[in-house]
Amino acid sequence: MLDVQDITMRFGGLVAVSGASLSVPKGAIVGLIGPNGAGKTTLFTIIAGFQAPSAGRVAFGGQDITGKPAHIRARLGIARTFQIVQPFAGLNVRENIAVGAYLRHARRADAHARAEEVARRVGLGVDLDKPAASLTVAGRKRLELARALATEPLLLLLDEVLAGLNPSEIRDIIPVIQAIRDDGVTILMIEHVMQAVMNLCSHVHVLARGRMIAQGAPRDVCADPAVIEAYLGKGAAGRIEAGEASDA
Amino acid sequence: MMRTYLPILAIVGLIAAIPFAVTSNTALNFVVFVLIIALGAQGWNLLGGVGGQFSFGHAAFFGTGAYVSAILQVRYGLNAWIAMAAGILLGAAVAWGIGFLSFRAGLRGSYFALVTLAFAEVLRILANAVPITGGAAGLLLKLDIGVLNLQFASRAAFLWLALGCVAAGLVLCRWIMDSRFGAQLVAVRENEDAARALGVDVLAVKLKAITVSGALTAAAGCLYLQYFLYLDANIAYGVWISIEVLLAAMVGGRGLVLGPLVGAFTLHGLGDLTKQFAGGIPGIDLAAYGTVLILVVAFAPGGVLGLLTRLWTRRAAAQPAGGRA
Repeated sequence: MLDVQDITMRFGGLVAVSGASLSVPKGAIVGLIGPNGAGKTTLFTIIAGFQAPSAGRVAFGGQDITGKPAHIRARLGIARTFQIVQPFAGLNVRENIAVGAYLRHARRADAHARAEEVARRVGLGVDLDKPAASLTVAGRKRLELARALATEPLLLLLDEVLAGLNPSEIRDIIPVIQAIRDDGVTILMIEHVMQAVMNLCSHVHVLARGRMIAQGAPRDVCADPAVIEAYLGKGAAGRIEAGEASDA
Repeated sequence: MMRTYLPILAIVGLIAAIPFAVTSNTALNFVVFVLIIALGAQGWNLLGGVGGQFSFGHAAFFGTGAYVSAILQVRYGLNAWIAMAAGILLGAAVAWGIGFLSFRAGLRGSYFALVTLAFAEVLRILANAVPITGGAAGLLLKLDIGVLNLQFASRAAFLWLALGCVAAGLVLCRWIMDSRFGAQLVAVRENEDAARALGVDVLAVKLKAITVSGALTAAAGCLYLQYFLYLDANIAYGVWISIEVLLAAMVGGRGLVLGPLVGAFTLHGLGDLTKQFAGGIPGIDLAAYGTVLILVVAFAPGGVLGLLTRLWTRRAAAQPAGGRA
C-alpha cells in the first residue's frame, strides 16, 4: 500500500535521512523504531507530505505521490498524528474531530454525527463538549487519533501516540489501535514503548542515524546485534552475548 | 437550525425600529455611520476574527468599492445600483489579488498585517495622483435624489438600506460559520499544520475568506459614497477605516457574528457620549477610543460580547448558556 524508496533528506549539511526505504502492506501494523534523533519523524513528515525529500520517492497505492501536498495526500487517504499534539485549542472536542470529518462529509450534521461516532470509538464520548485545551495528556493523544480517524483514512501514520502515557493508559489504548486495524485501516507507527510494538506490529523497521539498519519480525529485530549497538553503543551486542554466555 | 438566526433577527429588528422612535437628524446620521462601519467590520471579522489573519489594510477594499462605484457613476454615468455591484465585485477581486500574493508567499501574523497596510497605502498614493480618481480634489457625486440613484431624501430610508446590507452580511457570516468552509477557516486560525493534516487546503480557504471579506468591506465603501456623496484618497484608502473596522470587530468580540455590530455601536456610542460631555476638548472621542481598546485588550479579550457571555455563564452556572452569538 505504501512504498517509500531511497528517501534522503538534507537540512543544509546535515543528512537527517539517508537512502531509507520501507514498505507497508495493506492491512498490516508496521512499526518504525530507532534511537532518538534517528530521523523517524522526518521520514514521517515526508510520507505525509509536510516536507519534500531531497531525493527518493513515495508511492501510495501504486501512485507516485512524492510531489503532492499534504492536504491532497489526506484526501487520497493518508492521515497522520503529531508527536507533539496539535489540538485546535479554542475549539471543543466535537468541533476538533469534525474538522477531520468534514473532509468526507460536506454537511454539518453529517460531519458532527461522524465526529461523535469516532469520539466514542477512541473513548472520548463523554468529553465531546469539553474544550480541547482542558484535556489531559492521554485525552489529547486520543484526540489526535480521533481527528485523524475522522478523515476515514486508508493509511494511518501514528507518531508516538503512546509517549507520555502511564502503563494503564497504554493498556487501554492498545486495543483501540488493534480495533482500528481490524476495521481495515493500515497503520504505520513510530513508537518507543516496546511493549506496544511487540503486541501490535507484525513487522518492524529500524532507523538509526538516518539509515535503515534492520527490519523483520519484532522479536528478531530486537535480537539483531546491529539494533542493539544502535541503541547501546558499539560492542554492546558482543558484551551482552559474552555476559549471557558466562551466566550460563 | 433557524434558532441560530434568532439573535440576528432580534437585533436587526431593534435597529429597524429606531427611526420610529427618534427623528433627530444627528441621531439618524450617527446610526447610519455606525452601520456602515459595522458592515466593513463584518468583512474584517470574517478574515481576522474567524480566520485569524489580521489585516491592517482593509481600506484597500473599502476604497476600491467606493472609488469603482464613484468612477462608474461620475465618469461613465452608470446606474448607481450597477455601479455598487461592480464596486463590490472589484473590491473582492482586489482582496483575492492581495491574498494570493501574500498568502502564497506564506505571510502570517504581523508580516501579513504590514503587507496589507502597505497595499492600502500604495492604493491611497495612486488614487491621490491619477486623474481618473479626481486626484487630490476627489470625486463629487451629483446630488440627484431617487431610488434608482441610491439617494434618499429621508435619512430613515438610507438607514434601512444600510441595515439591509448589514443584515445580509450577518446572515452570510452566520451561514459560513455553520458550514464546512467556516469550520475549516477556524481550524486554519487555530493551527495551520493540524488543519493541513486533516485535508484542509489552507491557501484555498484563506483566499476564499479574504475574497468574501473584501466584498463585505467594499460594500461598506459603496454605502459610504452614496451617503456622503464625496470621496477623496484619504477617505477611501486612509488608515482611519482600516483601524475603524479592526477596532469595531475587536471591541465587539472577534470571531463572533454579532461582534462587529456590537463593537461599532459601543465604540461610537462611547466616543459620541464623551464628545457631548467634554466637547470643548478636540480629539477627546479618540482618547475614549484608546481607553476602550486598552480595557478590552487587557480585561476582555473576547470583546464586549465575550465578556457578557462570560458574566452570563457565571450567573447562570447551573444551566448551560447559549454562548453563540
